[in-house]
Amino acid sequence: MDNIIECKNVTYSYPLAETPAIQELNVNIERGKFYGVIGENGSGKTTFCALLRGFIPDFYKGELNGEVLVEGKKTTDYGGELSAKIGYVFQNPFTQISGVKETVFEEVAYGLENFGVPVEEIERRVVEVMQMTDIEALAEKNPFDLSGGQMQRVALASVIVLEPDILIIDEPTSQLDPEGTESVFAIIKALKEKRKTIILVEHKIDLIAEYADEVLVFKEGRMIAAGDKQEILSDLSLLEQGAALPQVAILGSRLKEKGLPISRIPVTEKQAIEFIAEALKERDKK
Amino acid sequence: MTDLVLKDVSFSYPGGFLAVDHINMEIKAGENVAIVGQNGAGKTTTVKMMNGLLRPTEGQVLIGDMNTKDYTTAQISKVVGYVFQNPDDQIFHSTVESEVRFGPKMMKLPLEEENRRVEEALKMTGMDRYKDENPYNLPLSTRKFVTIAAVIAMETDILIFDEPTAGQDIEGNKRLSDILKTLHEKGKTVITISHDMEFVADNFKKVIVMAKKKIVRSGTPKEIFWDYESLEKAMLKQPYVSRVCKALGIEGSVINIEDAIEKIMSR
Repeated sequence: MDNIIECKNVTYSYPLAETPAIQELNVNIERGKFYGVIGENGSGKTTFCALLRGFIPDFYKGELNGEVLVEGKKTTDYGGELSAKIGYVFQNPFTQISGVKETVFEEVAYGLENFGVPVEEIERRVVEVMQMTDIEALAEKNPFDLSGGQMQRVALASVIVLEPDILIIDEPTSQLDPEGTESVFAIIKALKEKRKTIILVEHKIDLIAEYADEVLVFKEGRMIAAGDKQEILSDLSLLEQGAALPQVAILGSRLKEKGLPISRIPVTEKQAIEFIAEALKERDKK
Repeated sequence: MTDLVLKDVSFSYPGGFLAVDHINMEIKAGENVAIVGQNGAGKTTTVKMMNGLLRPTEGQVLIGDMNTKDYTTAQISKVVGYVFQNPDDQIFHSTVESEVRFGPKMMKLPLEEENRRVEEALKMTGMDRYKDENPYNLPLSTRKFVTIAAVIAMETDILIFDEPTAGQDIEGNKRLSDILKTLHEKGKTVITISHDMEFVADNFKKVIVMAKKKIVRSGTPKEIFWDYESLEKAMLKQPYVSRVCKALGIEGSVINIEDAIEKIMSR
């Protein structure tokens, strides 16, 4: 197994906080996999992301015990080069936008400029990413004149353009309509195909079920479940822990309770159609 | 009773950008209505015209017997409350309670009445336990409830919620659903913009679909979520369970899990 990130017995408290925001966390993130991070608000999902990126403890201070290793090296031993390895898309796009650039095009190019990439290459990459994230029409606009949904896409573009190996994305679709949301997931899927490691915090569980490989479930600062999405998202007991489950998983399990001979709990739409159709056939045979 | 009527309403932003193009809408007092559609379809512009934040550049907005063109935004805000999409556009006090108290206080109500409203609004939204906190120490999804409480405390006949489901977890969605129910029982008119089709199917009796600055259709969730043409125009999808039922050959009326169970079991 090729672990790109490891958390070893990590407990972390924000400055002045009485209870730790993350408690006794042990988790391995494998290279090239797509992880969905779920759980109720306030359960530690964003703190987890900030830990992986090294914002904790460097920026947020507080008390950190245990180790967070990125490619075997402690995040606290990295300097600025962690920013080239890990791209981070903030939950609130206002936090992401630099405020020093006057157009969306310049904003998306800003990170590459800082890394000293040649101008022709910057232009090529920015144009490509703006097409991919469907923000070409916004190129000449001021980033702060955009709607919430547009700003979320610009924030995502400004990170993707850096081509980091690891992407941490915190609720990128909260302001987007269903079509915009699907297009963000399509982008993430394309990144996965390029062997990127992706860690995504998201409430839209039906899309996590569709696209992610693994799911991590947080509650009150602890990771209460982790594993293959099929196994985690069909575990109905997680509903009582404040985690959302796919509509089709709830449907499947309710049908089973009612006596429909459904063999497995579906987590995606496709599975639901297949499993329920099979179960109906089975029932009608009897 | 305060009905809300939009008559042939258009809105262009300064500079000429047309955001809403000749729409008609009639919302009866006490109705619970969802507005759905793509980003940029004109939803937020439409609701901002309902509370006087924006004035139609053509047509008329009538709230009961008030034509918004004859009234100030302050006057309209006593009848129509608006919860912004981004809570940070409307929070400016240092505690949750003082934020919620601000509206009733400005109305110069007797103190007893002011207290009752603040208490009730905090309780209805579950914000009573955060009343002494600074709103900016709370997560964005909780801050949204602070702004909802502040608008509820105004006790307007009509309330508008702009994307309250954004970023909410299941507990947050359930709380929203309870708030909608309580407001409905009190006879309030509630107009909600949402991108969450499951939430809309579960909580509203009437849905208005907007696309490209116009109204595509309005109807019950059952009508809307099985009208492929309207959904396609607005780039919307059916709820997941409806899609599953359709693929299983069960057409026509399933919009939530309860419906789906009934239809699948009786097939």
